[in-house]
Amino acid sequence: MSSSVEAGVPPEILAQYEPVIGLEVHVQLATRTKIFCACPTSFGAQPNSNVCPVCLGLPGALPVLNRQAVEMAIRAALALNCEVRQRSIFARKNYFYPDLPKGYQISQYDQPLAEHGSIEISLDGGKKRIGITRVHLEDDAGKSMHEGFKDSDRYSYVDLNRSGTPLIEIVSEPDMRSSDEAYAYLTDLKQVMQYIEVSSCDMEKGHLRCDANVSVRRRGADRFGTKAEVKNLNSFRFLKLALDHEIQRQIAILESGGQVMQETRLFNVATGETVGMRSKEHAHDYRYFPEPDLLPLRTSDAWRNRIREETPELPARKRERFASEYGIREYDAQVLTLTRAAAEYFEKAAAASGDPRTTANWVTGDLMGLLRAAGKDISESPVRAEDLGGLVRMIARGEVTGKLAKEILAKMFTSGESARAVMAREGLEQISDAGALEKIVEEVIANNPKQVAQYKAGKAAVLGFLVGQVMKASRGQANPSMVNEVLRAKLG
Amino acid sequence: MKITEQEVRYVADLANLKLSDEEVGRMVREMEEILNYVDKLNELDTSGVEPMAQVLFETDEQAGWREDVEHVPLGTEAGLANAPLSGAGYFKVPRVIER
Repeated sequence: MSSSVEAGVPPEILAQYEPVIGLEVHVQLATRTKIFCACPTSFGAQPNSNVCPVCLGLPGALPVLNRQAVEMAIRAALALNCEVRQRSIFARKNYFYPDLPKGYQISQYDQPLAEHGSIEISLDGGKKRIGITRVHLEDDAGKSMHEGFKDSDRYSYVDLNRSGTPLIEIVSEPDMRSSDEAYAYLTDLKQVMQYIEVSSCDMEKGHLRCDANVSVRRRGADRFGTKAEVKNLNSFRFLKLALDHEIQRQIAILESGGQVMQETRLFNVATGETVGMRSKEHAHDYRYFPEPDLLPLRTSDAWRNRIREETPELPARKRERFASEYGIREYDAQVLTLTRAAAEYFEKAAAASGDPRTTANWVTGDLMGLLRAAGKDISESPVRAEDLGGLVRMIARGEVTGKLAKEILAKMFTSGESARAVMAREGLEQISDAGALEKIVEEVIANNPKQVAQYKAGKAAVLGFLVGQVMKASRGQANPSMVNEVLRAKLG
Repeated sequence: MKITEQEVRYVADLANLKLSDEEVGRMVREMEEILNYVDKLNELDTSGVEPMAQVLFETDEQAGWREDVEHVPLGTEAGLANAPLSGAGYFKVPRVIER
């Protein structure tokens, strides 16, 4: 089917159909070494340097399972509320490609590591539960390069550094009904994987790769339509673009009386379209069979329970706790739980300040603004959480004004010092000395006879103006509550 | 067990083998012989016996696993030593058009 057909399906037609989407997400586990050999998984090494007989697929080499990869996979499965099987089986998935030197991928087939999970995703105006069909372990292939060399017209180049890198594949149920839901699912899945530290999920390095199964049906229909598998959705933007394109393409076909073909399609980044891969019809006959070189993967109750106990608080739970325990706004709770580092920073700062709500404002506002401008992550913040908490405590006690605090924070950000150290160095310490304050107050009274007269005539609101003048004269350093007191006393 | 010529061609294709018509005929006969021989196993009643893919059964939970500790890999030079064709640190293969 040519791509011109779907150009601009009218919205009222689109609205008559319901997309049905399931995602298959590959997550690279953050182990030091590969899944079946002890070669390093480091990124950016010289091509074909992190290799050995196992990951080169040399005859006679035998795989030895990496314990840490299994532990991370179990952690991920438990975080996705899956049942981890006591016994799962590795299987060979057979196909030919130059970056797969063994001639098969070691994966799991009919008895995967874990099944029957779910994740709750956050959507605009609500939450939705997305089923997780399965989580299984497998090894990655190497990398083929088809462009960029002087003889690329005749040769493809293969780097096997990535060959044997541990992956988990997370397969969802076809529970998503729009590209936005798919986007939210991938976002939340990524956040969970980062929280439990099984993957850095760096999409540019290919740590998170996504394929989608897409079909459409008339709203109200019971049965799913024929699905197409869309590959190569390796950024959040592409995911949405590709899904929207594919949904429109299928609707256009059905509207013109045609039938959607079950096929694999590749998203073309340049054109923003999905294109059918002209595969042979039996390309999917992988002839799975149990991997004879690896024992069944067995997990004891004790081990699974220990991993479950060690799993940190997950983002959704943390968000709810922040809102209820600290009384902060839901939006702030969301921003503060985006990463574990941000959440930890906030909690430390809040403990130091004794005022979580004001702390939340300062972290999400000024601090994050400064970090963004400096291109830094919160884990690299020059202002320590305790020091930000200290600053907020001083604001709460009325020892510094919010305006002065902003200046102090900027200086703390530059020097890495505490608020007190900055104030001492810059001569910004608060004027709480009654004598010094009285002197400033007297000057302000002398310079503003009109307002003083108004106040004395009963216009109490003028006091605010006079307080402001004192603060200004003291360059914000006067203790505001003392200023109030002294002014009232002087004005009698 | 009957093997068809079509099945032989299909399996050959999956295995990336190009067979002449004559070879296909021979394969039909030979594969049939092999399968008939293996078919003898079906004389045994194996209902209720769990299929076995690995010979080691009663082991510790994590027997034969390894810790996540690096070894020194081969390096590019040794890694490419057996390659029929290489360049710029890569294995080189005839250009791959599609998967």
